[in-house]
Amino acid sequence: MTWLRDHFVDVLGLAGQHIYLAGVPLVLGLLIALPLGWLASRYKALYPFLIIGTGLLYTIPSLALFIMLPLLLGNGVLNPINVLVAMTIYTVALLVRTVADGLGAVPDAVNQSATAMGYKRLRRFMSVELPLAVPVISAGLRVAAVSNVSIVSVATLIGVSQLGSLFTDGFSRAFLDPIIVGVVACVLLALLFDVAILLVTRLATPWQRAGSPTA
Amino acid sequence: MINRIIAWLADVTHWQGDDGILRRLVEHMEYSAVALVIAALIAIPLGLYIGHTGRGRFLVVNAVGAARAIPSLGLLYLAFFWLAPRLSGEIAFLAPAGLVLVVLAIPPILSGAYAGVEGVEPAVRDAAVGMGMRGTEVMRHVELPCALPLILSGIRSAMLQVIATATIAAVLGLGGLGRFLIDGLASQDFPQTASGAILVAVLALAVDMVFALVQRSVVSPGLTGRYGKVSL
Repeated sequence: MTWLRDHFVDVLGLAGQHIYLAGVPLVLGLLIALPLGWLASRYKALYPFLIIGTGLLYTIPSLALFIMLPLLLGNGVLNPINVLVAMTIYTVALLVRTVADGLGAVPDAVNQSATAMGYKRLRRFMSVELPLAVPVISAGLRVAAVSNVSIVSVATLIGVSQLGSLFTDGFSRAFLDPIIVGVVACVLLALLFDVAILLVTRLATPWQRAGSPTA
Repeated sequence: MINRIIAWLADVTHWQGDDGILRRLVEHMEYSAVALVIAALIAIPLGLYIGHTGRGRFLVVNAVGAARAIPSLGLLYLAFFWLAPRLSGEIAFLAPAGLVLVVLAIPPILSGAYAGVEGVEPAVRDAAVGMGMRGTEVMRHVELPCALPLILSGIRSAMLQVIATATIAAVLGLGGLGRFLIDGLASQDFPQTASGAILVAVLALAVDMVFALVQRSVVSPGLTGRYGKVSL
């Protein structure tokens, strides 16, 4: 593994790029999936359309999306924006269902209590429904994060550099070290995202750590 | 743009021959089906065993998460360098691609099978034991049918991922619908790439619909409520 020692700074740079390409879409995707998921849970007639419609997006092969987006958006093929948009699409595809199911699982009694206490719709959503749905949404977010980290590496085939660049580099030179380093780095990065999401979830759900009430 | 894609797809010469759409479609389905069957043969028994005995839960939860994080492209290249020198002919390329697809398909099937068995209501299991069933009978006659919806949805999501990912087999020079993506990219032929993408998505949808029908017919009506309410 002298290769890693010699190229450590390069690998770190690629990892930073990878975090950017996988992480930003995670946040954007969540912001888009929240209203869509809310619509799906609020209006039952919309549920199948939104769930199946967004689910379909996930069947588009990542390679195809990476190649087609530059042409659809009018960007250069090497522009990382294309990768950001593609990853946001995949994140939305995974999260709409989770958000809808998470919001749908909030007990009616809780919503009615909030309404009875004078909560208007938006405030009830922000301070009652959304916080209670956090554990479910967080589970979906963890899957999306791992999937994003893995899919981003395919972008190397269209020339956008991140950890996946190590794969094509090693493959073209028939040299295993960069490939192994790339795979291990991707798995570590996925773990990092996972731990980060778990930490944020823990901070956002203080009631889950509170002891059972003693009355 | 759309017109050029339609024109590409409507061109009969693109459908025929050894590098035509029909041939690539069959190859794509072959790769996907073989990988899915191998993955199911490994993951379903393992998932049932872990769900039934409760042994190795920790292992499943963590191994499944870790396996999901492995980037398919990197694994494909690693598998290629590891397997290709040991094999000869087309199998030297098929085996690495197959391995990647199997590794991709195992986590969703395994967690479906495990969660399905573990989610069987304890009262139902107790009732089966109370009726005199032994461990394997409980498994076969009660736990397996009850777990079937989750097992099948695990297989469905594995299948969608495998069909989408089987496109990267083309990176090693293999066939399948990925050829249109890779060849279209190499020759700057956008309609070809777009057509390839559309074909993969349509294939995934069609297979998913067939599977939805299968799921409907093999899941016990007692579970889906299609018998209606039992009157006493």
